[in-house]
Amino acid sequence: MTEHEAEGTHVKNHNHEDVVLDVDDLNVTFSSEDGPLHAVRGVSYQVRRGEALGIVGESGSGKSVTSMAIMGLLPRTAKVTGSARVLGQEVIGLNDAQFSKVRGQRIAMIFQDPLTSLNPVHTIGAQISEAILTHRKVSRAQAREKSVHLLDRVGIPNPEQRVDQYPHELSGGMRQRVVIAIAMANEPDVIIADEPTTALDVTVQAQVLEALEAARQETGAALVLITHDLGVVAGHVDRVAVMYAGRLVEAGTVEDVFYRPRMPYALGLLGSLPRLDGGRDHRLTPITGAPPSLLNLPVGCTFAPRCPMARDVCRTEDPELVEAAVAEGERNEDPVSRHRAACHFSGDLVSATPEDLFGSEAGKAGASAEPTGGAPVPEAGRGPEPEVGEPEPEGREVLLRAEELVKHFPILSKGVLKRRIGEVQAVSGVSLELREHETLALVGESGCGKSTTARLLLNLVRLTSGEVHYMGQPIQDLSDKQMRPLRRDLQLVFQDPFASLDPRMTVSDIIAEPLRIHREANGSAKRRVRELLELVGLNPEHGSRYPHEFSGGQRQRIGVARALSLKPKVLILDEPVSALDVSIQAGVINLLEDLQDELGLSYLFVSHDLSVVRHIADRVAVMYLGKIVETATTEQLFRAPAHPYTQALISAIPLPDPVKERTRERITVTGDIPSPADPPSGCRFRTRCPKFADGLSDAERTLCVEQPPELLDRGAGHEDACHYSQVVELF
Amino acid sequence: MLVYTARRIAVAIPTLVAASVLVFLMVDVIGDPLADLRSMQPAPDPATIAAAEERLYLDRSIPERYWLWLTGLGGNGDIGILQGQFGPSVRGGNYVIGAELWAGLHVSVRLVSAAVLLALGLAIISGVISAMRQYSKLDYTLTFVGFLALAMPTFWLGALIREGGLWINRTTDSTFFYTIGANSARVDDMTGWQYFLDSSGHLILPTLTLMLTSYASWSRYQRTSMLEVLNSDYVRLARSKGVRYRTVVRRHALRTALIPLVSVTTVAVAGIIDGVVIIETVFQWRGLGYFFIEALTHKDSFAIMAWLMLSGFFVIICTLIADLLYGVLDPRIRYE
Amino acid sequence: MSDIKSDASNGAGSAGESVDKGQQLTQFQLVWRRFRRHRAAMFSLVVLVALTLFAFALPLVWPYDHGVYREIAGNQSPSWQHPFGTTNQGQDVFAQTMRGAQQSLKVALTVSVMATGFGALWGAIAGYHRGRIDAVMMRVTEIFLIIPLLVAVAALGGNLTGGTTWYAVALIIGLFSWASIARLVRGSVLSLREQEFIEAARASGASASWIILRHLLPNAAGPIIVAATLLIAIAVQVEAALSFLGFGIQPPDISLGKMVEGARTAAFTRPWLFYPPGLIIVAICLAINFIGDGLRDALDPRQTISRR
Repeated sequence: MTEHEAEGTHVKNHNHEDVVLDVDDLNVTFSSEDGPLHAVRGVSYQVRRGEALGIVGESGSGKSVTSMAIMGLLPRTAKVTGSARVLGQEVIGLNDAQFSKVRGQRIAMIFQDPLTSLNPVHTIGAQISEAILTHRKVSRAQAREKSVHLLDRVGIPNPEQRVDQYPHELSGGMRQRVVIAIAMANEPDVIIADEPTTALDVTVQAQVLEALEAARQETGAALVLITHDLGVVAGHVDRVAVMYAGRLVEAGTVEDVFYRPRMPYALGLLGSLPRLDGGRDHRLTPITGAPPSLLNLPVGCTFAPRCPMARDVCRTEDPELVEAAVAEGERNEDPVSRHRAACHFSGDLVSATPEDLFGSEAGKAGASAEPTGGAPVPEAGRGPEPEVGEPEPEGREVLLRAEELVKHFPILSKGVLKRRIGEVQAVSGVSLELREHETLALVGESGCGKSTTARLLLNLVRLTSGEVHYMGQPIQDLSDKQMRPLRRDLQLVFQDPFASLDPRMTVSDIIAEPLRIHREANGSAKRRVRELLELVGLNPEHGSRYPHEFSGGQRQRIGVARALSLKPKVLILDEPVSALDVSIQAGVINLLEDLQDELGLSYLFVSHDLSVVRHIADRVAVMYLGKIVETATTEQLFRAPAHPYTQALISAIPLPDPVKERTRERITVTGDIPSPADPPSGCRFRTRCPKFADGLSDAERTLCVEQPPELLDRGAGHEDACHYSQVVELF
Repeated sequence: MLVYTARRIAVAIPTLVAASVLVFLMVDVIGDPLADLRSMQPAPDPATIAAAEERLYLDRSIPERYWLWLTGLGGNGDIGILQGQFGPSVRGGNYVIGAELWAGLHVSVRLVSAAVLLALGLAIISGVISAMRQYSKLDYTLTFVGFLALAMPTFWLGALIREGGLWINRTTDSTFFYTIGANSARVDDMTGWQYFLDSSGHLILPTLTLMLTSYASWSRYQRTSMLEVLNSDYVRLARSKGVRYRTVVRRHALRTALIPLVSVTTVAVAGIIDGVVIIETVFQWRGLGYFFIEALTHKDSFAIMAWLMLSGFFVIICTLIADLLYGVLDPRIRYE
Repeated sequence: MSDIKSDASNGAGSAGESVDKGQQLTQFQLVWRRFRRHRAAMFSLVVLVALTLFAFALPLVWPYDHGVYREIAGNQSPSWQHPFGTTNQGQDVFAQTMRGAQQSLKVALTVSVMATGFGALWGAIAGYHRGRIDAVMMRVTEIFLIIPLLVAVAALGGNLTGGTTWYAVALIIGLFSWASIARLVRGSVLSLREQEFIEAARASGASASWIILRHLLPNAAGPIIVAATLLIAIAVQVEAALSFLGFGIQPPDISLGKMVEGARTAAFTRPWLFYPPGLIIVAICLAINFIGDGLRDALDPRQTISRR
């Protein structure tokens, strides 16, 4: 452990003045209709000059509220107590005038959604200049010059032109860079980035994280990176703090937390994460239950209701965040970065793996988690072993076949006139086959046409051209009425567990609705609903409740139950887990896998998340700008991706493993996804292609510009659409 | 922008035509301008009725009459909106509808422009204050005042204000407020300054009434959209730059919060027209409202139709202007 | 602020779960619970109930109706017998006020029910189908919107040959007020139809009418109910203004607007003639507006979200 020793000695040279942000016992309480809501409870941490601290937590853990409290941006109804010192100056309790001198100058913030963070009616130049002019006595021309410089620093091409543009003329990734430029403007000592890349695509996320890195180097600011993504944290921070239900439950260096977690929650998070570098056969270990209500916190440890090793003392006494039990010689003496955990039995975790602790989901964990009250409906996992000895997917019957699907959406002018002013080429010639009892994943970033393709397959959106066959029968020209009998076999599961259930219907009514539409809602409907609820791991007694009474994961299970009510053969899953927190997501993924084995379903799994895809899919089709660029079995695709886009996509996904993440080989892309209304000629990927940029001669490039590459088989069913494809091994 | 404006006007034309059909159905088809004449005692000479029918084109079929009213083709030269003629009045040849409308417009515009400007300013200010101090005593007070103004029938409020003005005049034994008409009886021998003072004096009370009725709904609207903007991410970002809250409100929130206000123009203009009719009745102005009431009392079909078309035209024009203004306020909207 | 809310609300969400565990609340109960917390709205509800009793129940026991009585002396100041005094013709102003309030409420409720029903359906159909159907349907509503309500109603009412009864007035006001409801409902349907649960119904083979009646209208119920409430206030005002201008309910029947018209110069001389009808209108409209405000808060989907 020389690394630690080195760090230790290094640390001793710091004196206390090096701490730029010192948060001590911060509490935030909102008053709500149902009583006080304790969003943040006793959070303390310190950040040193130039250091990066990651704060990790799921939604509702209070990580955003903490930083908003430090920035003084909470609504007046929020009650904030405790202390937060920026460069020694107490900021809690400052008035607007006093706070304005700190904000932007000493501490700056980057928000999650770049699409709404910038004022639509001012140019980006004006918005960056505003930050400069607020704190410095410089002329407007100087401020503008500085703005151009900052835009250049965060990697925006042609900053002189861009500076006079309005936010809506820039892509999401560009806008987030502008926000970063604003944060850099006055060389603050601390930059708080609140989920800065969550709203962005992975390839853009990689670029924005780079810009953030550049901002740190330029300003020397300390970074507080708030995120739910353990992968992002692993590669970009020095230390991590894990939040749960408004408290810090574990803190330490990245290596400590990722390799030696001492709090069951952190261990559980790591175990429930599908990994890009993991195999398909590896089963996820979800944490049972849901986070507790902040209105009605359990007595004792807030994680106890979900914790498999909870004992009596856990339910009566809330553990303090104290120094974690560490192996001999690993002790870190630095008061700021030493490993701390809030668990009575952190010593028991010294050699535990997630499987040891959360592995047998259906067994003791589920049972012990139930009665303590936090989560109303236990999300009992179900786990029959997958059957073995089935024929290879290639040999099975083709259920759904799409040939040359094309969908163009008209672009209408805004305002009353609604003239057609263009066309979005959402899907441009997609062919695919879905066989019986297989999972085909359709992967791509936003705007690539994957969701539209899914809807075209179901005839929910009318094709511009092409054909869809279901069991040999062409369905693209069927009327709604003619489609109805086929809809029994082809069902859809949605992304957003909140929007996909009618809030005015009971769960029973929601699940029975397809039965009613197909006039099957006779006496047996009630029984069927109970069966389905049980099948998806929900309590059948809860059918009379409304969707708002369930957590996200439970709602997603309800959505699955509804899709299954007509006993379909094919489920089209449109980003079914991307709106869920990791600890919940794993349970739903396991459920989907079990259901497939039990009911012999075929899945078309639409997703942007390659880690999840690697975990669940048999075959993968990668889409870019309306076209499939590569298809292969999951093993082939991840072991030896051939298309530069696939390679870049895999490279861009952060691994939740600090060492691997920092040392892995990367193939990166530049720029943003072009507009599908005006795709590049020839190969659509060429504008961002690293190979096109660096690895090709001018003569070779001409082919890319003029000739759209076709999807060709390179052997063993591995197809790619690149003139110069070449497999690369990334792991 | 010019092309857009032209195209937008072209779109408004079918709406106006459709509105003309509706107006024609409402007024000409349902009403009978000669009802009073026919029911007169003793019954008038059938020849008189026939002559009146001919003069008012009542002897023609309904589609024919509509065509005539619109185009004037085949009429006596006194009809045809497209030619600027609004048709004969039941009140005889001396009453020229177009000229009377023009005279009325002249009077009413004074009332409307002053009231709208004041109401708009007041609504924006109080909406912004209410939003900034949400749930404070001031917010509650302003909300209540707005609700109260909204709940008061215009005619009752008008009458109350008018009587109040009279009462002040009486108690102070002077003429602070004028309560009848748009001007004093004899304006010919006044100088320009005196005329201005006289007009302004007559304006105060009616303007106050119209202002109050318009202010109420607009300020609520402004408050809602302001609240939305104040809670927006970009206001948060601006504050995190270190800009003072007041400055943020002025620089970032106000302009964007005005945008939704533009979208209620149609309703707002229609509300103002309704208000003008009532207020002119209460204060006995001889403006457009008076024209309308008179036309209705006489069941003067062509006059009513002319008036309705004019008000529809106003609403459409104002909506169009608001649409164009939208583009100025919001760079996201581009008119190409 | 959005994330703070969602952050906090997610927490509150599971709260809803555990709190509601024992006592499951229906949607209606939830709305009612929130409505009751709005003090102004609750007070207004009480006022409105009192006004309704005043208008419909009290006339049953009051010795006079709004007609002319020979035994009533004309032009009297308020007394126990005639709390609001009497008119020159010998009518009991108290009885007239009750009758007027009754007419106002009858007209307003009819208008609200008719116009809301029709407008909601019209807007939902237009919004669900979008495209050409929507364009044509909304063009029609636009035509009804560009002619100011009171003016249109006056033109029709004033032009109508023969007497104007309360239901004729209600019909005419309704004819010109459905369009704003249609536009509002279309707006919320346009965003609702993009929600995934609508697509889920379509993916199960649901027809357009199934989706409109079972999903879109129930989910747009919040704004529809609020708009219907506010329409009552508007209708009360329009009916009164119409009578004030002389084109509404005709004598011998009476309306609040007509009463104000008769007493328009009496505000300082015989206030008992001027204030009661006006204040009744103010009270009705104020109460309705506050109830609408309370309903908006209680039904607002954003409030529902914060309870997740």
